[in-house]
Formats: sequence, structure tokens, C-alpha cells
Amino acid sequence: MSTHTNAAATVQKPRRKKQSASLQGSPGVRIHSRTLRLTVHIILAAIAMTALAPFLIIVSSSLTSEQSLVVDGFAIWPRVIDTTAYQLIFERPERLYSAYSVTIYVSLFGTVLALLFMSMIAYPMSRAQFRYRKFFNLFVLIPMLFNGGIVPYYILVTQFLGLRNTLTILFLPPMISFYQIILLRAFFVQIPNEMFDAARADGAGEWRILFTIVVHLAKPAIATMALMTFLSYWNNWTTALYFIDNWRLYPLQYLLHQLMRDAEALALEPQLGGQALPTNAVRMAMAVLATGPAAAIFLVFQKYLVQGITLGSLK
Amino acid sequence: MTLPAALWIIVFRYITLVGLGIAFIDYRPRRGIFGSEFVGLRNFEFLFRTEAALRATRNTVLLSLLFLVVGMVVALTVAYMIYQIYSSRMTKYYQTVLLLPNFISWVIVSYFVFALLATESGIVNVMLRNMGREQIAWYSSPQYWPFILLMAHMWNSLGWSSLIYLAAMLGIDPQLYEAATLDGAHKVRQFFSVTIPLILPIVTLNFLLGLGNIFAQDFGLFYQVTRNRPQLYPTTDVLDTFIYRSIAGLGNIPMASAAQFYQSVVGFTLILTANWLIKRTSRSDQDLSIF
Repeated sequence: MSTHTNAAATVQKPRRKKQSASLQGSPGVRIHSRTLRLTVHIILAAIAMTALAPFLIIVSSSLTSEQSLVVDGFAIWPRVIDTTAYQLIFERPERLYSAYSVTIYVSLFGTVLALLFMSMIAYPMSRAQFRYRKFFNLFVLIPMLFNGGIVPYYILVTQFLGLRNTLTILFLPPMISFYQIILLRAFFVQIPNEMFDAARADGAGEWRILFTIVVHLAKPAIATMALMTFLSYWNNWTTALYFIDNWRLYPLQYLLHQLMRDAEALALEPQLGGQALPTNAVRMAMAVLATGPAAAIFLVFQKYLVQGITLGSLK
Repeated sequence: MTLPAALWIIVFRYITLVGLGIAFIDYRPRRGIFGSEFVGLRNFEFLFRTEAALRATRNTVLLSLLFLVVGMVVALTVAYMIYQIYSSRMTKYYQTVLLLPNFISWVIVSYFVFALLATESGIVNVMLRNMGREQIAWYSSPQYWPFILLMAHMWNSLGWSSLIYLAAMLGIDPQLYEAATLDGAHKVRQFFSVTIPLILPIVTLNFLLGLGNIFAQDFGLFYQVTRNRPQLYPTTDVLDTFIYRSIAGLGNIPMASAAQFYQSVVGFTLILTANWLIKRTSRSDQDLSIF
């Protein structure tokens, strides 16, 4: 496995770069016909609009009065701008703030630990002289193929680790991704051996080499992975679904899930409606507040993501 | 150095793998794993006697196949279109916009699907009303859901998968297209005669990996987007949601563990088969098999 992966990674990278550069000026590839070009652009723009429309719907609903949502229904564009939903949220923001702090804490802490631990296993696996390399390759491969699934996992966490309703369970299980270990290893393999020989001759130990040379040289790869890990923590709601029932530990996405459930419970049993439950507009406003930061982070760093996915796809 | 990650892998992956063995005991939380009674295959007998398990298997396989085939065709087409205008400044924007949904959680997806399909105020029903047509109670009409789920899946995954194919297409020598153009091949012809044959290894790899993963589904899509409505189970209940419901709703761990064992073992067998097929089909100079 490792040999062909490594070879592919080192050989393909520079070659692809050169070709995509020459692509710009080559007449044979591009479409000459202007009508055809325009058609392609129109189709792609339509697909892109479809990808964006849901965001518009959510934002517009959050800026619509509840009255209008009930009478006229949801819409892509708000009929009259109304910020009541946001005012309602910020009148009693405890749950939102609590969920924000849980999500931010778990995402940041989880991402740092995840990258640290994954680099620490990927680095030895990338060095040819590491004695247990074969063993570790197999060790990482088996669980990738054969997954125990959620039933044993649920019993393990609740009965044996006793981690129900703790912050630990929120960042621990989603931490390690085998796909990312493999990707990191592929990046580390490309670092020439001479670098390490020189560092060792200067008296650097393996830890020092990892945290200065390797991390420094693989910075783009590590940045991409940090972004992916961070966003997957941000979007995680399943862990809370399985193991959290204390609202102070709800992450944002799970809070949103609960808001929807509360609304459904109310719809089924109206006699429960003593307290004011979140309306459609309020829930949409919560969705905007929960997704906004993630979407912003994505837009700022998406350039690195595209590179990372592209490289990863060719291993 | 490898210790923290290795410990994590042992605890969360290897122990849970061994834990699949609870499928063969009558697990009672109070008695614990070692105090519960060994019942052999009885849990499996119960499992396969329920219609829901067979229905979940059927839905899992059919929906996976639908997602795999349609997903692949659309992603290849979109990648080819982006490739054709690759030098355009717009390319960057298309890619970014298409990729964004991949990083949005299924909870949010369920929110806007609700805004589209809600019976009284949903956008689709309002449109139907304005056109003078009868409204549809989407959340209690299972017949539409394979298509709705397919749309949600495509919305989420198209950016990522087309990006992967685009990367492969950029590796093709442009001179081949020049030659094809000189020979009078139009763009569609070039797609089938130049593009597809040259990126076939990646396409095959993705297809076989998809086949190997046919038994595993994206839990969030089926649980959130359908809002876990029992009326929709006939077409949307898959193994993952069935297993989750057996633990969370019914607390029936013996049944859930039998279903889990069944899902894991069949999934593993499928992946091994897929890998064997990749080995068989790939040329000797570029073995793409996973292991």
C-alpha cells in the first residue's frame, strides 16, 4: 500500500501543476464556440444558485415576522424585513451563549488535540526506518474497513467509560480520522530524508524534528486538515444526540435539533404550550447564528480546502 | 509518540469491534456484558423475523445505489463543464459555492427542507396553491422521499465529488484534446473518447468504494432531513436509523446489536470484495487497490 501511494504522491504533484499551467494557453482544450461557452456558464451558474438558495431561504425566513410566515409561507426573499426573531433571541440569550461556548471550546480544543495526535502517529508511519511501520499500517487499516458501529460504542461510553454528559465525550470520539492520518502520512513521506539526517547530525531528537521541521514543511497540509477538523466539530450533533441530555452541554447544532423537536412536540400536544416555544422565525434566526461563523471561516479559508481535497483525491 | 492516537484507536475502534460480540448474548445493562446470558443466534432470529429489518436493508441498498449512480454521472458532467471553462475567472466561484454545502450540518439541511416542504407554509406548497393545484402533505407521503433524499444528498456532496474528478481531468495531457479536435470530435464525443478512458481508474475506484460502502449510510441525512417521521419509514428507514431507534427509542439492545453485527459483517465483506475487484481490474503499473 505505502509504496505505490508514496510514489504517486511524489510523482504526480509537480506534473499536474505544469499541465494545469499549460492548460491556460492551449487552444485545443477550451471551447471555441461562444454560444457553447455561454451555455456551460449558464448551467453552472444555475447549479451554483441551487447550492446557495437554501441559505437565502433560511436568512430570509429569519428576517420575516412570524405572522407573515404563517399567512404567506416561507420565501426566498423577505416580503417585509422584521428583526423580531433576533430581538427575542437576545432578550434571553442564555441557551445560545451556552451552546456557543460549548461548541467553540470543543471545536478549538478538539482540533488542536486531533492534529497533535494524528501528526504524532503519521510521522513515524511515514519514515522508512521506523521498525513497526508495517504493524502500524495494518493497525490503522483494520478499523477503517471493519467498523464496530454505534451499538458497542454506545455501551462502551455509557457503561464502561462513564462519559455520559461530560465535555470530554464531545471532543474525544470525533477526534481521529483515518483518512486524515493517511493524508498526513502521504505529505510527510514527501519530505526528503536528507533533512532528517541533517537535523539528527545537529543533535535534534525525534520530537524536535516533528515539531520544528516536519510541522513547518507540511504547514499547508496541516492547515487544510485543521480547517476540516474544526468544521466537522462545529457541525457535530450526533455525539450530543447519543450522550448528552443536560442543556448546559448542548453544542449549537444539537440545540437546533432540540428546538425543532420541541416545536414538533408542541404541535402534537398543544396543551403543553404553557411556555413560549420558539417560533419558526426564531428557529431560523438561531440557524443563521449557528451557521454564520462556520460559513465565514469556510469562505475565508476555502482556497486551502480546494487544494487539500484535490491533493488528497490523488493520494 | 504514537501512543495517544494508538490508545484512542484501541479504545474506540478495537474494543468496539470486539464488542460486536454482544450480538450473541441477551444483553441486560444491569447484569453487564459478562453476566448476561449467551443466546447464540437467537437475536438474529428475532431480527430477521421483523419486517422492519428487511425493509431497512432494502432501503439501504436501493438508496445507496441510487446515490452512487446518479451522484457519479452528475459529478462527472459538472466536472467536465468546469474543465471546459477552467481558465475563466468564474471557475473559482463555482467551485467555492458548490463546496460550501459540504460543510453545513444535516440539522441545518433539515431546517431548509422544512421551509420548502412544510404542509401549510412551505415554499413548494405555496407555489402549488398559487398555481391552483392541490397541496401535498410531503412529510406523510413516503413515495416522494427517495427523490427528496437524492436531492439533499446531491446538494451536499456534488462540490466535493466533482472537485475530485476535476483534479483527475486536469492531469490529462491537453494535446490529446487537440488531436481529437483536429480529428473532428466534438465536445461530447471527446468526453466519452478521451476524458472517460483516461480518468477511468479514479472513476472505477470511486465506484467500487461506493459499492463497498453500500451498507453504510449517512445517518444525519436519513434521521434529520426526514425529521424521523414514522410515516416516512417505508422508503426512508435505513439500517443506521433502524439501529439507532432500536437503542434510543425501544431500548432493545439485543436487537440493535444483532442488526449492527449484520451491518458490519456484510459491509466488511463488500469492501473486501470491492478491493479484490479493484485489484483484478487495475493494470499492473497502477494498482489502485486500497490494501
